[in-house]
Parts: sequence; structure tokens; C-alpha cells
Amino acid sequence: MIAKITGCLIFIALLQSVPVVAAEPEASVFDVFSAPQIHGFYEVRGGYRIHNDPYEKDMSVMETRLELEASTSTEQADFKLKGDLLGDLVTEQGDFDLREAWVFARPTDAMDIKVGRQILTWGTGDLLFINDLFPKDWQAFFIGRNTDYLKAPSDAAKVSIFGEAANIDIVYTPQFDPDRYITGEYLSYWNNDLGRRAGRDAYVHTDRPNDWFRDDEVAVRLYKNINNYELALYGYTGFWKSPAGQTLTGEATFPDLNVYGASARGQLGSGIANAEMGYYQSADDESGKNPLINNSEMRYLVGYTQEVATDLTAGVQYYIEQMLNYGAYKDALPPTVPSRDRDRHVATFRLTKLLMNQNLQLSMFTYYSPTDNDAYLRPTLLYKATDNLSFETGANIFFGQSPHTFFAQFENNSNIYTAIRYSF
Amino acid sequence: MKCLMTAIAAIGLLLAAEAAALDPNSRTLTVDEIVNKANQVAYYQGKDGKSKVQMTITDKQGRTRNREFFILRKNAEVVGDQKYFVYFQAPADVRRMVFMVHKHADEGQDDDRWLYLPNLDLVRRIAAGDKRTSFVGSDFLYEDVSGRGLAEDTHELLRMTDDSYVIKNVPKKPDTMDFAYYLVYVDKTTFMPTKMEYYEKDDKPYRVIESQKIEMINATEDGKEVQYPTATRSTVKDLKNGSATEMVFSEVQYNLGLSDDLFTERYLKRPPREAMR
Repeated sequence: MIAKITGCLIFIALLQSVPVVAAEPEASVFDVFSAPQIHGFYEVRGGYRIHNDPYEKDMSVMETRLELEASTSTEQADFKLKGDLLGDLVTEQGDFDLREAWVFARPTDAMDIKVGRQILTWGTGDLLFINDLFPKDWQAFFIGRNTDYLKAPSDAAKVSIFGEAANIDIVYTPQFDPDRYITGEYLSYWNNDLGRRAGRDAYVHTDRPNDWFRDDEVAVRLYKNINNYELALYGYTGFWKSPAGQTLTGEATFPDLNVYGASARGQLGSGIANAEMGYYQSADDESGKNPLINNSEMRYLVGYTQEVATDLTAGVQYYIEQMLNYGAYKDALPPTVPSRDRDRHVATFRLTKLLMNQNLQLSMFTYYSPTDNDAYLRPTLLYKATDNLSFETGANIFFGQSPHTFFAQFENNSNIYTAIRYSF
Repeated sequence: MKCLMTAIAAIGLLLAAEAAALDPNSRTLTVDEIVNKANQVAYYQGKDGKSKVQMTITDKQGRTRNREFFILRKNAEVVGDQKYFVYFQAPADVRRMVFMVHKHADEGQDDDRWLYLPNLDLVRRIAAGDKRTSFVGSDFLYEDVSGRGLAEDTHELLRMTDDSYVIKNVPKKPDTMDFAYYLVYVDKTTFMPTKMEYYEKDDKPYRVIESQKIEMINATEDGKEVQYPTATRSTVKDLKNGSATEMVFSEVQYNLGLSDDLFTERYLKRPPREAMR
């Protein structure tokens, strides 16, 4: 009898232990993660210059790209990994571009934290940036990669605190993340030392601040939504994001920069109006006397967007950069270097039209500077042939009167491109 | 005799009951009441709601495109106003894009709309435009999804069928509309609009929306168990260009207790976890 009961108990115990035993090999740390979601795309993209450029290849972009992303989560946090494998015929190199690698958590009702490699954006401009001092990829933008690539990733920690009075975002980047600026490899540019355009013959060599925790960046945004008018104050301390100075030996530098700014955005009439301003304090040369370092500046932006007809959106912006120590700059400028105007004005116009059940998107974005007398046109056509397959074609057209102004310097880089992408 | 009396009494009672049942239908309910109730049932049920939506768009050649998204909705304090999120799951190129709307029922006050583009981490403010434009490239219009202001049309009870009120709605500003009028079939018991037919000037129907499946969804309202009639399968047919779109709603939940704080930039950038499950 006892033996029977014991046998029975052992059997029950065994039965109970079976799932435990069976589960044990799988009961690893990975069980706390949700099933990872894998997505991505495969893309082939090619483009050519429409002018002869003595300093660059004829092809402006020629690449195949495989993007893979994996995301998962636990009870406490979300995780994401996203990277691009790239075969680039312009540089004749393979490359891996880690776009995102982060952990996100909501530790309290009033706090979000995101740590790792991430894309960061704020501010109100449309393809114009004042208080967004997160890295941009100007090369990708000008050679005709997808507009998504205008934003380069930051290696940063972002803490967001949400309150009744206001919300605050604090982004700490322990090691300066510069723009992916024009180096001469993909794009020819105006070279002051040579007094002409240059490219593969004169790569931009930089002296980049790269000491961890010393050459760091802090960006802060304080924002509040009042009746759906979005108001924000910004602060930044770090460095000019693209080269904005030179050493005596001709190396490009990223001088210290502090930025203080504000923005507002909301409905006005039947459209959306936005205004933004920022004070760029060039901290390494506040007097403006050093010709090798960018002057301090005020930057202003106003914009308005409206749906003017069914599926047709129009947007206009007006943007001003104003040098604050222009006299000192002029006095110190070597006579061989063409001088800037004190103010640079840029107007932008956007027209976006959706057709064929929104599967065809035609867009035209124009930058025009009345002070520099130059312009930059970005026509694009995007057609979604199926849910997975899309075609894109477009152009980047630069022109202007003087070869040294901001857009005109890129004139020989004017290009047309086309791409096919399979998303999954 | 007694038996007969009982039978007569019973018939009398039945008739009285039937008359009572008919009464609210035929006499006390005005067309405005019907329209209000139908609007409430179609767009405002519960305090808030959540649903997964699978959308299939079929063009006249039979080619299909699919969309998959979660909708999160909350009725705002101002009567008629609502806030909602659309979290896209598919197709791959719009995955993780989020659309947020603060809908204002007041005539003349535009909705506030935002779109979040995750690849750029960009919160774009969208100019509220024509509400009669396609919703995510489908045959449904923004207005079909978020509701049309009742004050924008005049309403007339055209006739009653066995199970429906048939309401004719004529826009007050006909010049700006793509239709001359539309008929709404409202179910007499649930007040669910089951069919909407849009007509052009020549009385030709050119667009038909139908609720093909209505389910009673269990929910708790102020501590009580209730059931909300819910259209879980809707189709729209464009009779002119031969395309059609079907929306199938699943995982429908009401009265989750969503707070107003949810419908802000914070959750636009990163959806609340409970909403995605």
C-alpha cells in the first residue's frame, strides 16, 4: 500500500517534473525576449552626373544595399538592431553601416530612456535645421540616396521626462558625432585654399574632437503643447557639426559651438505655420576676429504648409543666417578668399502630389538663395508597384552665379538617379 | 370560456407590447434622433476603444494591396471631439509609421494631425486638408474612418424597411462635395449604419459602403457588463473605377481606460505597450 502510494507520488512528481525537465534546456535567458521581428529591404541604386566634373567620377551613386533590422522586447525594455550592408562602386568598397542599436525603457510613468545608436530629430524646419544639431549625412542627401539617409545616427543616451508644466528631452553624446560632411570623395566642393572647386584631388582632412566624455555633446529640448500649438526651447553645447574652421596647417576643424533657440508650430488658417530661431555662439572665437573660425550667427526660419488641392501639398519657408561679427570677419579675411555676405537668405518651396491611389508620389523641393544667387532643386518620383516593390527616380540640380556660394559650389555634382527597392 | 378570455388577454397584451415596441420607432424618434444614435454607435461607442485592422485594397484588375494597423481611439471631454492613433504594421515600407489625430467636431475647426516617420525620427505636422481624400490609399476616405459632421448635411427619413431606417442626407454645401446625396440604412435595433450609398446628381449610385459583419462585443461600462454592436467587417466599393476595399477588425476592445496623456508626441514616437497587444 505504502509502496503503491509512494510509487504514485513518484509518478506524480515525475509527471510534474517532466515539463520542468523538458523546459530546462529552453529556459535560457532568451525566454524573456519576445520572438524577434526581422524586416528590411534590398535596394539597387544608380546615378550619374549631368555635367563633366574634372574632380569626380561620372557616377554620382552606384550601390546595392541590404538593410536588415531585428527588434524584440522584454517586460521592461525594447531592443532594436538595424544595419546596412553596402556594396559601393563609387568608393569601390564594401561597407557596413550600423544605423540603430538601442535599448528603450519606460522606467516610470513620467520617463522614457533610449540608449545606444539611434536616429534623433527635433525642430520645425522642412529640410532646414536650426536647433536640430544631430548628425546629418549631406553626402547621402546630395548624391541621391533616399531622403531617410539625410539623418545619420548618434551614439547617445536620450532621457525624456514628461510633466504637467512641460516635457524635457536631454540627449548626451559622450563622443562628438559630426555630420557626414563633404569630403571630396563623393562630391566636389569649393576649396578656399586652392581658390577653385576640388574633389578627389583634395580630400578634406579634419582634426575631429574625439575624446570620450571630454569632447561630448549635450542637447536639451524643453517643450509644451498648448491647444496644439507646439512650443519649444532648445539648448546645445558641443561643436559645429560640419567643418567650420581651419588650423594653420590647413586641417579642417570643428570649433566649439553653443546654440540657444526656440520654436513654435501650429495651425494657422487652413495650414500649418512654423517659426524657429537660434543663436549660434561660436565659442572658440566670440569676437569673430579669427578668420579661420566661423563667426557667431543668428538663424531664423518661418514656414507655412497647406493642402492646396486633393493630395497636393505646398510648403514655403524662408530662412536667414546672419553673421554677428561681420566687420571683424571682413577685416581679418585674407584678400584671396572670396568673402561671404553678412546675411544669407534661403527660400524653399515644396510641392508634393499623390496620384494613383497614393502609390505614385511626385515631389519637388527647391532651395533658392536670393543673396547667394544660387539654387538647389530636388525633383523626386516614387512609385510603389506592389506592397513590396518600389521604384524611385530623381535628381539633384545645383546652379548659381559664383562657384564659391553654398549651393553653386556643388554645380558639377548635379545628378540624376534611379533605384529599385524590395522591402520585406 | 376562461381559456378563451386568457387567450384574448394574452393577444391583447401582445398587441400592446408590439405597439409599445413600435412606438419609439414610428412616432417618438425623430430623424435627428436616429441620425444622432447611429453616429454614436458607429463612431463614439464606449469611452475608448482599440482594434486591429486588416485592410485589403483590390483594384479593377484584381491586384491587391494590404495594410495592417492598430487603431486606438478615445472620446475627448468636448462632446464630439476624439483623439486617435493609427499604428501601421504592414506593408514593410510604412511599418512603424504612426498617424495621430485630434478630431474636432466643431464645424470650421480643422482636425490636428501628426505623422511620425521612424526612419527620420521625425514628427511631421500635417495640414488638415480635404476630409474626402483617400485614407492610406484605400477606397475609404478619412471621413468614412473618422465620421462626418452631422451638421454638414440635412437629414430626411425617406422610408422604413422591415429592419432599417433609410435616411437621405443632402450636403448643405453641395458644390464642394463629390456626391449629390447619400442614403444611410440604419438598423432599427442596434442603430448601426449597415449600408451607405452615395449618389451623383443623376441619381446614380457610385459608391457603396456596407457593414458585412456586426458582432456584439462585451465590455464594462461604469462597472456594468454591456455589449456594443460593432462592425467587424466593412467593405467599400467604388462603382465608377471598379476598385474595392475591405476592412476586417479584430481584437476589438472597449473602455480600456486610456488616458488623455496617451495621445501626445511621447506615444506617437513610441506606442504604449498595452495598445499593441
